[in-house]
Amino acid sequence: MTTDMLGKRVKRVEDQRLITGEGRYVDDIKLQSMAYCAIMRSPYAHANIRSIDTAAAKAMPGVLDVMIGADIPYNPLPMAWPAGGSAGIQNNVNTPRALATDSVKWTGEGVAAVIAETPEQAFDAMETIVVDWEPLPTVVDAEKATLPGAPQLHENAPNNIVFEWSVGDRDGAGRAIDDAEVVVRQRLVNQRLIPNPMETRGDIGWFNPGTDEYTIWMSSQTPHIQRLLLAAFVMGIPEHKLRCISPDVGGAFGTKIFTYADYPIVLLASKRLGGRPVKWIESRRENYQSTIHGRDHITYLEIAGSKDGTVSAIRVKTFANLGGRLSTIGPGIPTTLYARVLSGCYKIPNVYAEVVGVYTNTVFVDAYRGAGRPEATYVVERAMDLFANEIGMDPAELRRRNFIPPDQFPYENPSGLGTASGGAKIFIDSGNYAPAMDKALAMAGYADMAARKAEARTRGKYLGVGLSTYLEVCGVAPSKWIGAVGEGWGAAMWESANVKVHLTGKVVVTVGTQPQGQGHETTYAQIIGHELGIPMEDIVIQHSDTQGTPFGYGSYGSRTSSVGSTAAIKAAGKIREKARRYAAHMLEASVEDIEVDGAEYRVKGSPDKKKTFQEIAFALDLAFDAPEGMEPYLDETAYYDTPNCTWPFGTHVAIVEIDEETGHVDLVRYVAVDDVGNKINPMIVDGQLHGGIVQGAGQALWEGAVYGDDGQLLSGSMLDYAVPRASWIPNLELDETVTPSPVNPLGVKGVGEAGAIASTAAVANAVNDALKPFGIRHLDMPLTPQTVWKAMQSAKGAQA
Amino acid sequence: MIPAAFDYVRATSLDDALARIATSDGAAKVIAGGQSILPLMKLRLARPETLVDIGRLDELRGVRRLPDGRVAVGALTTYDEMVRDDTLRHYGLLADALPNIGDVQVRNRGTIGGSIAHADPASDMPAILLALDAEVVARSVGDERTIPITSFFEGAFASVLRPDEIITEVRLPGGRNDVGSAYRAIEQPASGYSIAGVAAVIGARNGDRWGFCAVAITGVGDHPYRASAVEAAVLAGSPLGDAAAHATDGVTVASDIHADREYRTHVAAVQVRRALEAAIARLG
Repeated sequence: MTTDMLGKRVKRVEDQRLITGEGRYVDDIKLQSMAYCAIMRSPYAHANIRSIDTAAAKAMPGVLDVMIGADIPYNPLPMAWPAGGSAGIQNNVNTPRALATDSVKWTGEGVAAVIAETPEQAFDAMETIVVDWEPLPTVVDAEKATLPGAPQLHENAPNNIVFEWSVGDRDGAGRAIDDAEVVVRQRLVNQRLIPNPMETRGDIGWFNPGTDEYTIWMSSQTPHIQRLLLAAFVMGIPEHKLRCISPDVGGAFGTKIFTYADYPIVLLASKRLGGRPVKWIESRRENYQSTIHGRDHITYLEIAGSKDGTVSAIRVKTFANLGGRLSTIGPGIPTTLYARVLSGCYKIPNVYAEVVGVYTNTVFVDAYRGAGRPEATYVVERAMDLFANEIGMDPAELRRRNFIPPDQFPYENPSGLGTASGGAKIFIDSGNYAPAMDKALAMAGYADMAARKAEARTRGKYLGVGLSTYLEVCGVAPSKWIGAVGEGWGAAMWESANVKVHLTGKVVVTVGTQPQGQGHETTYAQIIGHELGIPMEDIVIQHSDTQGTPFGYGSYGSRTSSVGSTAAIKAAGKIREKARRYAAHMLEASVEDIEVDGAEYRVKGSPDKKKTFQEIAFALDLAFDAPEGMEPYLDETAYYDTPNCTWPFGTHVAIVEIDEETGHVDLVRYVAVDDVGNKINPMIVDGQLHGGIVQGAGQALWEGAVYGDDGQLLSGSMLDYAVPRASWIPNLELDETVTPSPVNPLGVKGVGEAGAIASTAAVANAVNDALKPFGIRHLDMPLTPQTVWKAMQSAKGAQA
Repeated sequence: MIPAAFDYVRATSLDDALARIATSDGAAKVIAGGQSILPLMKLRLARPETLVDIGRLDELRGVRRLPDGRVAVGALTTYDEMVRDDTLRHYGLLADALPNIGDVQVRNRGTIGGSIAHADPASDMPAILLALDAEVVARSVGDERTIPITSFFEGAFASVLRPDEIITEVRLPGGRNDVGSAYRAIEQPASGYSIAGVAAVIGARNGDRWGFCAVAITGVGDHPYRASAVEAAVLAGSPLGDAAAHATDGVTVASDIHADREYRTHVAAVQVRRALEAAIARLG
């Protein structure tokens, strides 16, 4: 009997190769006659290009080609998700070209590409390119960029406004706020972050002159989408003439979803060289300057309600910084993925959000782990604490009073997808919030917090506790919503899988999703092993190559476990049904009489009459005795479009201690109770939570992209951008509640983003709680020692 | 992140290395552990024509006690070797600071000589050596001189070391039983360099006065310095907190995106007081 590994803490099958250096990333791939590309980037954040002189570079040793913007025959990069979908809302769209032609809009925008025999020669030649720049005034702050007199980036975007989008009941929210007993207002800055995957981006372009076909190896989360966008929207070549391959991808966090300028550059470069492959590998500095950043919202928040702790309205106006030009789905993140979950897990009857998307002289902003939902969670969870503070109620108690009750699902939140124009109405389908909070509070010793605060004072410390009772929307997404006019990005978001059973009974599963370190090769194998009753070792999971995998939308938005896995289960079900029919033929029984138990196909009532899955595969693959009308081979493909998103939730509790003298914040305890539904592999779930929690805590305490007023990226390397270290993080105390998702057969919800969505608000709330004795109501992140100390100083000064 | 082209020479001896840099007119740079110069070269902020690698010259490595009781640390001794060295174990400053310098890779490769030759304004090692009144021995072709560490640093990445000189060793005073010492720092979280790092050595009380006081500060000014105003105040009997308030007297305090002048000035004083308190606690 094969051991069923579904739900078990199985060690990841990927890890042996990844931790022994046997992984195969883009930069590990070396092709015959490969040339190397270096991209020259703008040193100015805003400038016109008067001329570019590449003569010296072309004469440098080893140089094969130098391209500038005028040499690129392609369209600008696509922007696929306008605010408000394709209906109604004006989006003033400017996207990057492969290389800038007339002007640059951020420090790091590419202006020339050098192709040489070696990377060193390409870099040396790049330095000899002379650009005649006309520097222009710059603006880096989204709110300031919309003010009169601000430098203007684009002629078609007056006041640098990309769009003005709103959702919810404006009048209702207005009335509720006007009539409320208590209204709390606060300006919140959700600072810009620089994602830091261990592997930077990179790609190899190859044009095959013999077949007129292009191949690109890319560190991407979305090879199938890239094929579509590059072929149809950028290069103008038929889609079947382009093959996209993502080998091992060393982390992404959203950054590798998008279409980047280097893709068309390396493909065109290879064509211009008559078919020599061309490799470009991003340096960490380029990664900071020219791969997408995350967050960067300025939000004016109002939360209203009564003194008894009933919250009646949330209204926000948010300025979302989208950078100098738009990334692939930049406008979709601060609109749909943000404001539609702004009320979190609370039954708040009136919600209204206005979002202004803004151009500034910074690199573009797009989806970063959580993508809109961390920003929304930060707003609503800070709002609940601010409101609790105002009415003198315990923040946990305020939350409890406003949770959506467990008997009110499906719940239609007032800014949610039930109000979307056209397409499917999406409701929050399940949840039970209080038990998760109760468990977390008990684990954290919440009832004893007053005594712990007093004890900390004896050590010169201020202790604070912060909650985040977050709600996630995962498993993106029903195509009826995401493809709908007026909301989504005009594309589907189903998923696919193919299961092939070879003659020996070994199984190859190819999937349309694309791992970046999540352990898909393990979790899919656990699922298929369970479905077919075979050992994981007999299953290999293949992905990442548009030639050989069914079309799929890739991995992001915590969608693989709920959407991708369901496609795989469907394909395995088709295999099982066909095997069952063939077993009936082999056993001379009717199909209805064949019962399946793991890998055994038995005749009901005659337990000795049975065939194994492997025997069936062998016979059906050889097909010397196939019944009339039955095709040989076990090979089935399935597509799955989910009817709803999934809705993970939970309560995170952070406890911090602040050094009164220095303002240094020490994260001393972290408790998380998450409800991600059923778990395919609890160890991998823990790992996702660990990483996500640390990433979110990083934003609260340490991380922040800093641009100077001139648009120079001052936090331009890891010497100045603080990625969290393990030693700064306490042991993470995890527990769970389990409310299975009703929308997929596994009852899973996805966990890739939950930690990052929850933890920022928990840690920030803890720091603000610790500072209450000073009369401090709110501090913006990152809550560095200097920020905290200065706030304490001015509070002391005000009290003196 | 690819350096400009350069030549590489592995020196066969100290004299060989000295001869090579003496004739290069500044175009050759010495590399030891490479933890400072290689990142600068990759960013093309440094472009030496030639790197002279002294990393394998065993004559510059290791810790030995001199006949007069002082301790000589070879310039190529790594942070990790210092952590493990029995003789150096008794220096409280080193025990406090070394395990927190850089990361494992930096501690395995980075050297004491390289650190002070680089003269980073926020590096920890210079502050430690300043508080210990160390001496730096520098050789050039046909010459050797001993430079008190207190007159070694001149500015950010600038010292009195000449382009034709190589640091051969650093000499520490012999371990004393009548002092306590401690290192305290608040770090810039991204780089791990000190926003304010303080090395303090204090001598046992002689009547109602401290017998000795040395305080050195890094990360605050344009180079690490001895806080002589603090030392004088401590020796004059000021309470530690009052003495610490002189931490930045006469210093142009640095300001950057991590810590502005006001905050740095404040935490320098806090760390001075804390380092002194910790040093006193170790007096026993």
